[in-house]
Amino acid sequence: MTLITTRNVADPDAAYELLLSAHEGLSKAESDALNARLILTLINHIGDIEVLREALHLVRDDTG
Amino acid sequence: MLDDRYALAHRLYPYARSADQDARGAVHHPVVIIGGGPVGMAAALDLGLKGIPALVLDDHEGVGEGSRAICFAKRTLEICDRLGCGDPMVEKGVVWNLGKVFHGEEKVFEFNLLAEGGHRRPAFINLQQPYFEKHLVDRIRAAQDAGAPIEIRGKNRVAALEPAEDGARLEVATPEGAYAITADWVLACDGAGSPTRKALGLGFTGKVFRDSFLIADVRMKADFPTERWFWFDPPFRDAGASALLHKQPDDIWRIDFQIGWDVDRETELQEDRIRARIDAMLGAGVEYELVWTSIYTFQCRRMASFRQGRVLFVGDSAHQVSPFGARGANGGLQDADNLCWKLAAVMQGEAPETLLDSYDAERGAASDENILNSTRSTDFIIPKSEQSRLFRDAVLQLSRHHDFARPFVNSGRLSQPCVYDGSGLNTADALEGGPRVTRPGAPAPDAALGNGFLLDRLGNDFVLLALGCDAPELPDLRVVSVAAPGADIAERYLGDAPRGLYLIRPDQHVVARWLEATPAEITNARDRAMGREATP
Repeated sequence: MTLITTRNVADPDAAYELLLSAHEGLSKAESDALNARLILTLINHIGDIEVLREALHLVRDDTG
Repeated sequence: MLDDRYALAHRLYPYARSADQDARGAVHHPVVIIGGGPVGMAAALDLGLKGIPALVLDDHEGVGEGSRAICFAKRTLEICDRLGCGDPMVEKGVVWNLGKVFHGEEKVFEFNLLAEGGHRRPAFINLQQPYFEKHLVDRIRAAQDAGAPIEIRGKNRVAALEPAEDGARLEVATPEGAYAITADWVLACDGAGSPTRKALGLGFTGKVFRDSFLIADVRMKADFPTERWFWFDPPFRDAGASALLHKQPDDIWRIDFQIGWDVDRETELQEDRIRARIDAMLGAGVEYELVWTSIYTFQCRRMASFRQGRVLFVGDSAHQVSPFGARGANGGLQDADNLCWKLAAVMQGEAPETLLDSYDAERGAASDENILNSTRSTDFIIPKSEQSRLFRDAVLQLSRHHDFARPFVNSGRLSQPCVYDGSGLNTADALEGGPRVTRPGAPAPDAALGNGFLLDRLGNDFVLLALGCDAPELPDLRVVSVAAPGADIAERYLGDAPRGLYLIRPDQHVVARWLEATPAEITNARDRAMGREATP
């Protein structure tokens, strides 16, 4: 499995809204903790460490 | 200058004048072992049992006080079985299999180490280091009585070491003055602070962790179960940032508190300070006696090479790990296990000296693996940054209700023997369908066999294990035949293969395996494992 870098979410607006609404009313610390739990949960879902490696590579390189 | 650095638990080898001290010149010894800790004594025993004269020089007269290492792994016990002293250790030790991890008040999860049957030895025993060392020395005494050429000299401190191409010259300090000896081979088993390593000006590099831990061994009658309990952010908050409770023999409990980096050792070691922490943990009114206390900080570091010509570094002198995972003493015993048969083969002229480079290669890889594991555990237990704490706490939070997150929890990855993948001593795997767990380089796993166990049948030398087939006839190669392999052996050694032949080294690691093999193929594999050119 390789990292999907083409459009893959059927309803991006809904996904984005889900993410934002999960953080509504949370303090910075609570939000950070929620993000951390979310990342770990998605890492488990992905399973393949190579996909994680590619994703980290992509996000690290993309700070320009 | 020969003052004791620590008090003794057992005075097992009082200073006695040796004839070497009255000799005209420096008396020669084939092997000198510097340091009589668990690693040095195991090496002396292993060599002595193979008929190699081994002289142990220890700057104390016996076994030091204090529990120190307490967790001895199955592989260590198997090595001790091979050396003939596994039984008293397991009889005295506390067998445990269950570990529980807490975060604050709540139990996050528990693990059971006893996943698999058909092993003679448990996954771990807890045993105070002085007992472990005493059982080794008792076994050495019995071996000496039976003629094994081992000698232990107490209060003999190596004051100077001059390495040479073909050995070394040592100056030894005693209460009655100094004397000199020479040696063909020197094993430096003198611990993490190794004076030998320092004398040779050799580097020891790695990572220092900025935290310290208070160990308190207490004697109490408590009805806590025989389990390993580990707390992240314990509810008894003032006691430490993490804590460990673990049972040892004689009603002794190991308690370990993470107390921070900037602490004043002397203050923290005062009895009332220690009792305040323990009372917070156990609750008021629990009666206990403080048996041994200590504060430690730790490093993960290693030497670039464990072999310096005729001087070999074994155990903590070569590599140091954090205590999480019990990889210090257990790793050191595996070093000795790896080295001694090779050194004996070289000294007996059966193998070239270059075989000893494989000690550095194999145990160097093992040490990297131990350091990697113990560094990862330490990074989880002591988060170095805000982000690493965030993820650590997220893992613990998720783990309370979700099993998928529990494998991320790392309160120590317990010592497992290293598989020597890629070692030049191995022959390419030729058993199609064979299980990964017994691939060339792997330590042979135990299995029920008849009324006993497989490892007890392997012995101390190269052995050919024939499973469900006849073994080709070879001179000087013992065969262990299992005509009808049972379920354990079939699962661990055959997998999908209908039968198999295994060549196993003296340290019980697999070096080659086949579905079938000619005598020449087996001889070649054995030659390769001895570092010899293949027989034409």
